[in-house]
Amino acid sequence: MTIADPKAPRPDQADLDKAADRPEDADQWTARIRTTAVEALPPQRMLPDRQPAYVASWIYVFGVVTISALCVVIATGFVLAVFGPNWWHVSSTGLFVNSLHLWSVEVFFFAMVVHLWGKFFMAAWRGKRKATWITGVVSFLVSVGAAFTGYLSQQNFDSQWISTQAKDGINSTGAGAIFNVTNFGQMLMWHIVLLPLCVVALVGVHVLMVRLRGVVTPFAARNETPGGEPADTTGAEVQA
Amino acid sequence: MSADTHRKPRKFVQDRDAVVWKGRYEPYDIVKEFLIALVVVVILVAGLAVVFGSPDDRPVTVKSWSTASPVDFAQTAITELDGTSGTATYGPPYNENGTAQSIGSLTPEHWLGVHHPIDTAQDYVLGPLATLPDSPQVQAAVAEYRSATATRQAAWTAAYEKAVANATYAHGKLVVPAGDYGPVGEIVSGLTSMARSGALDGALVSSNQFYGTDYTKPLLFIADGQYLANLAANQHLGGDEWGMMNETGQWPGQAWLWLYTLWYQVPPANNSTNGDLEVFATMIVLTTILALVPFIPGLRSIPRWTRIYRIIWRDHYREVERPTGGGPSSGSPPQVEGNAREPVTV
Repeated sequence: MTIADPKAPRPDQADLDKAADRPEDADQWTARIRTTAVEALPPQRMLPDRQPAYVASWIYVFGVVTISALCVVIATGFVLAVFGPNWWHVSSTGLFVNSLHLWSVEVFFFAMVVHLWGKFFMAAWRGKRKATWITGVVSFLVSVGAAFTGYLSQQNFDSQWISTQAKDGINSTGAGAIFNVTNFGQMLMWHIVLLPLCVVALVGVHVLMVRLRGVVTPFAARNETPGGEPADTTGAEVQA
Repeated sequence: MSADTHRKPRKFVQDRDAVVWKGRYEPYDIVKEFLIALVVVVILVAGLAVVFGSPDDRPVTVKSWSTASPVDFAQTAITELDGTSGTATYGPPYNENGTAQSIGSLTPEHWLGVHHPIDTAQDYVLGPLATLPDSPQVQAAVAEYRSATATRQAAWTAAYEKAVANATYAHGKLVVPAGDYGPVGEIVSGLTSMARSGALDGALVSSNQFYGTDYTKPLLFIADGQYLANLAANQHLGGDEWGMMNETGQWPGQAWLWLYTLWYQVPPANNSTNGDLEVFATMIVLTTILALVPFIPGLRSIPRWTRIYRIIWRDHYREVERPTGGGPSSGSPPQVEGNAREPVTV
């Protein structure tokens, strides 16, 4: 009986690594998805360590701040969910966690709105980036819904007032039949399950699209022809 | 040969197309940037939470409402009994009694109909009173009311509704000027006592299930009264003060709803019976436009016209437009992203 060396690579695994794209597997769904994904987003594009020189403005920070704040929102929401909806009303620790949750939401929206308007004024949809823009806008809208249902789930005066006011708008569209803002249980489920899943999925798709298409290039400079070569490299146009 | 090979490149449009970057790349540690941003956000959020905290005003209960303002409660209760309250005359999704909001011939409230049925007389008054134990007078009043004709019921409630406007509450009892109210006086007094004991809160949320999470009935009942609205007005939360985007106290609330709330402050929505639907329709149109800006000529040119991008990319333009430099993309032919073609340089 021989004892295998645990440090030695398993021959079957090594074989698999080498033959990641076997011709005979070309029609296999799994292989096709992997090949397409790696071709579209190779590791260097997925986690780049270089960026074009023009990516050097504070406006670019707000995208990553938005994602950072979303992480804090989810983490604090996770803690609130662990202890249940009544906890933060009766515990000073719970109230503090709720405060963290509230302020992370405020920071999230502030950063997201600055990011959105920054991207608007960069016309960041240019160059096949329309879907990136649209997923960003939809992410913002779904985030508004997630925050709104959070306010409805607070079980305090604010949630009473907001729900009894908001019902008129929702009901006027007919949506009140299936989206009842005065039903605490339903709003809590939307707030802690459905909408967070949607937000995370949308933000994930949005980020993948940014990585796929890259950061939009600047508009042509004064001494460049839009979309073409520099019109006057002497700078005469600038001096004039 | 594929069909793509024959596709004619589109004309380059500045607000739609972009060139491939041929210039310099610089080190950019994206993971480090994320972690630094995360730490900064955590510190910022913790600081804000410590300094400002978060609001948590106690909710209004039927008990607290009827205790603090028993006359308002009684005035509301009679409108629930005679079917003239806000909820009783609301329409879908609670009942078919109201006039639905519409735009032109569109009345979306009717599309899905009544999904949360509320019969205010039964659900808010007669039903809860029937659960009261050891109350023969109240049960007799309820029985008398139920057995009366609709005309008789309407005469009693109309007379009581007029009288209760001048009611007072003293020595634990609702004092209403004398009149021919039949059993209605006993019914409303009984319901007020039930509410002040806290029993009505439980009766309104009880259902066929042991666990209940739907507070639609008690919330709408409370909202039919003036008490909740007065508390909100004291906190500057009224609809004419940017309403539900605010929170109690000085907390920022849902500031991102400012545009939605704005339409309630100005005509036509602020004095229209279809105001809610008009505001929603406006927001749906504006949101759709925002999402589709890249496809809308004129709108998608605003960034180029405003030239704010020159502030964002000021370092880039400073470098490109240097008198001695040809810019980061000089020396190599431009390549346009997608299938657009670069314009002819003249």
